[in-house]
Amino acid sequence: MGKNKKRIVVTVIGKDDVGIVAKVATALAENNINIIDINQKILGDEIFAMTLLADRMNSSLSLPTITAKLKESIKNMSLNVTVQDSEVFQYMHRV
Amino acid sequence: MEFTNEEILETVGMIADDKLDIRTVTLGISLFDCSDPDPAACARKIREKILTKGEKLSKKTKFVSDEYGLPIINKRISLTPISWVVPVADPAAFMEVANAVDKAAAEIGVDFVGGYTAMIQKGETSIDRALIEAMPEVLASTRRFCASVVLASTKAGINMDGCYTMSQVMKDTAGRTAEYDGIGCAKLVLFANAVEDNPFMAGAYYGAGESESSILVGVSGPGAVRRALERLGPDADLGEVAEAIKKTAFKITRAGELVGKKIAEQLGVSFGNLDLSLAPTPAEGDSVGQILETMGLAMPGAPGSTAALMMLNDAVKKGGLFASSSVGGLSGAFIPVSEDASMIEAAKVGAITIEKLEAMTSVCSVGLDMIAIPGDTSAETLAAIIADEMAIGCANNKTTAVRIIPAPGKDVGDFVHFGGLLGEAPVMAVSQVSADIFVKRGGRIPAPLQSLKN
Repeated sequence: MGKNKKRIVVTVIGKDDVGIVAKVATALAENNINIIDINQKILGDEIFAMTLLADRMNSSLSLPTITAKLKESIKNMSLNVTVQDSEVFQYMHRV
Repeated sequence: MEFTNEEILETVGMIADDKLDIRTVTLGISLFDCSDPDPAACARKIREKILTKGEKLSKKTKFVSDEYGLPIINKRISLTPISWVVPVADPAAFMEVANAVDKAAAEIGVDFVGGYTAMIQKGETSIDRALIEAMPEVLASTRRFCASVVLASTKAGINMDGCYTMSQVMKDTAGRTAEYDGIGCAKLVLFANAVEDNPFMAGAYYGAGESESSILVGVSGPGAVRRALERLGPDADLGEVAEAIKKTAFKITRAGELVGKKIAEQLGVSFGNLDLSLAPTPAEGDSVGQILETMGLAMPGAPGSTAALMMLNDAVKKGGLFASSSVGGLSGAFIPVSEDASMIEAAKVGAITIEKLEAMTSVCSVGLDMIAIPGDTSAETLAAIIADEMAIGCANNKTTAVRIIPAPGKDVGDFVHFGGLLGEAPVMAVSQVSADIFVKRGGRIPAPLQSLKN
């Protein structure tokens, strides 16, 4: 698990709009957080769902601060953002 | 990616929509080194130990909750039963220590502390008697210190004198907190076969076999289980239902284990154990009763409730035990009436009765929990209800408990309001048939046979 220690999973869900991925990616880049993998889908007709794995090794920000910055980046859009240490998914979905 | 979209969205949905949370992170603290025949010194030592061990609990819990995005609802402390720590048979000494514990808890931001506890399953000491004598006043005048009394065990049988004494303590406590519908009784649990590592209030205490200090985690997630069953639809057979419950319990337990280990690491104490209980809250969707409804019962209390609950309880344990090697505590489904929206509704329309609840407690944890009964119920009837619940625990070699509120001035059909997680409840009917002579005989019901069980 050591190498996963600084990995985070970002989830963005809500109403689809132009430029969501770009805005989130820019906010992460500005804070030295490196995207490792990204998945994006439109569920049904207009529900946007993105999950993204990133490395925050070079960022000194706490998770609540990262969450706040991501929320700021898409503040006028109807979207929910969550940021979690990736270990929680490791624990819940891998035996 | 290491995880699929579906896996990630499932977890995020379990937290956001199904109210998956860590119900409690409880810091167990041994008080054996705080014993002192001078009550003031004893109170001071206990206070200092709580402050030293617990000062970072709130901060570290918040940190871990933020890191993993898992809500942690309560931070609590469980203590060595103070009947083992205060070596003075004087109610005033227990009052002094209780006040010190209450203040220390407030200082570190903890809402409940467990451990105002006596074990009298086979008989009382003079110290136990002093603790019990001070109990109504302690429960009425402190806000955070929770009391528990062990009245029975499979090895000792049932202390009927203790049942009668405690029914009077309950009535006294309710009377002293009449202004708030007898809320003092919500902080008092009576046990058969109590467990030493239970993180849940009001019945938590930190047993003699535990380490100096450790983290005990209570996970929850009735909403997540219900959602999994909804996805199955009404045509799935009960084997499939059990399977879905097991899988969900596995995931919930893993989340709890991660949080427990991380908080223990942050606090520099050991990770004691994880309690796999499905604990409801009055919030919409956070209900064990609704799981029974999703299984196909119109309301909890319907015929079939005991069978459905047995399956639920068992499947939760099976899923959870595979997910963690540190399972302990009560570990089962809780059916408190006032804390579960669906149970409140069932009680309101008379779909569930105390007698049916009693039957259901034979297959789940933990007992007759958060049930309001008429304030004029006699101490003898109350003692007999307690004895019945103790008998279920004794004979079945399991934990059972009683947390009943004889609400002063209230009668069947009235409502009591406790607020917050304690919720509200309709006052339920109690049998009017007398058990007075049986109760007044007193003595001890011998330990039940452990073989030839039919």
